[in-house]
Amino acid sequence: MNDTGIGWGRHPRLPPARQVVLRDRNAALPQTSTTLLPHGLGRSYGDSCQNGDGTLLLTRGLDRFIHFDREAGVLACEAGVSLDEILRLVVPHGWFLPAVPGTRFVTVGGAIANDVHGKNHHRAGSFGRHVRRFELLRSDGRRLVCSPEENTGLFEATIGGLGLTGLMTWAEIRLAPIPGPWMQVEHVRFAGLDEFFALSEASANSHEHSVAWIDCLARGNKAGRGIFSRANFVADSRPARQLAPPRLAVPFTPPVPMIGGLGARFFNGAWYRRPLRRPRRQPYAPFLFPLDGIAEWNRLYGPRGFLQHQCVIPPESERDAVQELLHAVASAGSGSFLAVLKRFGDLPSPGLLSFARPGTTLALDFPNRGDATLSLLDRLDGVVAAAGGAVYPAKDARMSGRHFRQFFPRWPAFDQLRDPAFSSSFWRRVMTGSGRMQ
Amino acid sequence: MKKILVIGATSAIAESCARLWAQRGDALYLLGRDKARLRAIADDLRARGAAEVAMATLDVRDRPSHVSAIEQARTAMAGVDIALLAHGTLPDPGECDRDLATAMDAFDTNGTGTIALMHRLAALLELQGSGHLAVIGSVAGDRGRASNAIYGAAKAAVETYASALRQRLGRRGIQVLTIKPGFVDTPMTARFRKSALWASPSRVAASIVRAIDRDRAVIYVPWFWRPVMAIIRALPEFVFRRMKF
Repeated sequence: MNDTGIGWGRHPRLPPARQVVLRDRNAALPQTSTTLLPHGLGRSYGDSCQNGDGTLLLTRGLDRFIHFDREAGVLACEAGVSLDEILRLVVPHGWFLPAVPGTRFVTVGGAIANDVHGKNHHRAGSFGRHVRRFELLRSDGRRLVCSPEENTGLFEATIGGLGLTGLMTWAEIRLAPIPGPWMQVEHVRFAGLDEFFALSEASANSHEHSVAWIDCLARGNKAGRGIFSRANFVADSRPARQLAPPRLAVPFTPPVPMIGGLGARFFNGAWYRRPLRRPRRQPYAPFLFPLDGIAEWNRLYGPRGFLQHQCVIPPESERDAVQELLHAVASAGSGSFLAVLKRFGDLPSPGLLSFARPGTTLALDFPNRGDATLSLLDRLDGVVAAAGGAVYPAKDARMSGRHFRQFFPRWPAFDQLRDPAFSSSFWRRVMTGSGRMQ
Repeated sequence: MKKILVIGATSAIAESCARLWAQRGDALYLLGRDKARLRAIADDLRARGAAEVAMATLDVRDRPSHVSAIEQARTAMAGVDIALLAHGTLPDPGECDRDLATAMDAFDTNGTGTIALMHRLAALLELQGSGHLAVIGSVAGDRGRASNAIYGAAKAAVETYASALRQRLGRRGIQVLTIKPGFVDTPMTARFRKSALWASPSRVAASIVRAIDRDRAVIYVPWFWRPVMAIIRALPEFVFRRMKF
């Protein structure tokens, strides 16, 4: 099975008609009669990085740095450079990316197009806040430098714009200073959601990074239990190993899902009760990028792939809505091991379609079991919609067009700025369909 | 800090090698045909930590320009510790069979032009009394195949000349390295369907940089091509001529 041009969740599979490898940022866009969509490392889970029967512009060949100001902490690079490659370059000089998602194997273009967030959202906001400028190559051949000062409309549309405003060729990013590659990490067990919110509140000022794992299959008085992890970069004279490529890899796709199902409840319980180490120092990678230790872990979900659901619930309804979501998942008995809860801060993003906003975000993943999974996810969307929240397009493969337009009310302004020659399977789905994709 | 001349610097393998050298803090001088792409690569290498990066345009087929191009590189860096010849084209075999001009042009880029550059660089290194000359050959140079006639013949010529230079310069402590990649996933081979036999340019580059550090003579990358090609070379002609690959 060929996975290039497919989303990370491996569902749905919408093969493009054509894939064009880009290697020269000064080159023109390829001539084609189909729609175009930039595609980097393909870590978006669903169909937002797919362009079924269209053309994918593979950006990984645009992997050159342009300028690294070691004193000021400013980096300019081509849009296909991965965050992994940036960290290898900048960390030894005392700099870090101001916001990183849970994997470092995404491109700069992808990080901006999805306006990704990290465990420090409550302190730094999303990735898009730290973008100084970038160049956009439009299908009419124009090259536009976009920043908060020039081409502002396209700047705001491109941040979180899902690659639909044209091809980003390069970007300039502000870096954040760190004392070194070590983090002081602490894990705290919590018995329920109230404790989670109290821990988030108490850690907001003391800890730059925080995230919680939650046992999404626990029911009754155990519901909402989990482990809260928080960390800060600290000075440490010990040298840390440079980032290593993943040591383990999933070499092939097993015929049935290896995670989820009956074992999940058992594993979640065991994981909740695991002995927690005292606060300690560790290199940043295992804390910030826990899943990058195993290459191609998405194969573990078997040939039918899996679905993610990540939502954000605004502060006024977060307590009740998160409880309702967890209840729905636990009753369906179909959740999995990778449930994550985090409280976002209120730093705004410039992006028109940005996902991260004040409130609480809950990320869940589900092995694809067909209709049972899809109807559970529809129920979750209903809870999110009623609570005034939003679902994350980067992880979505099935939300309805109606919900998308409710979650991202600025879509008409965005659609005006979108490049007419650019499209994605996701965009066609949420703009034309009212219901779920078949 | 090493002073490194890279010819064909916009090729994927050369660019990957240059990145590894830049990370070490070496100085680089890039020669290639496309000025804008050379400039983009030079910026990248500076950001990665290269001590210095300079560049100039060169078309390998323009033999009279070789002297001044190499001389300018030597002057700019005050010497050449490593010269890597990585330029090349993979001509369409059908087109080469039909059209003599296409065939000779391809032979010029991959064969004659390369030998001319090696000739110049050998003289330079000999005069210096030190250095490394690394040239990218190919497994295609090990035995002529119908599907790759001109390219294979040009690579064979280059490799034979490299072997001769190794004898001549080896006594003076100058390394001549022949690199024989198998299938590498680069723009030059973009039109081919890829299989497990294909290697990435970064993997090939790591082998090249290591082989130069260790003063090797001939390397196959990945390594398994050495036994494979030994078998193919050993096949009797009456068997080989009937084969289709």
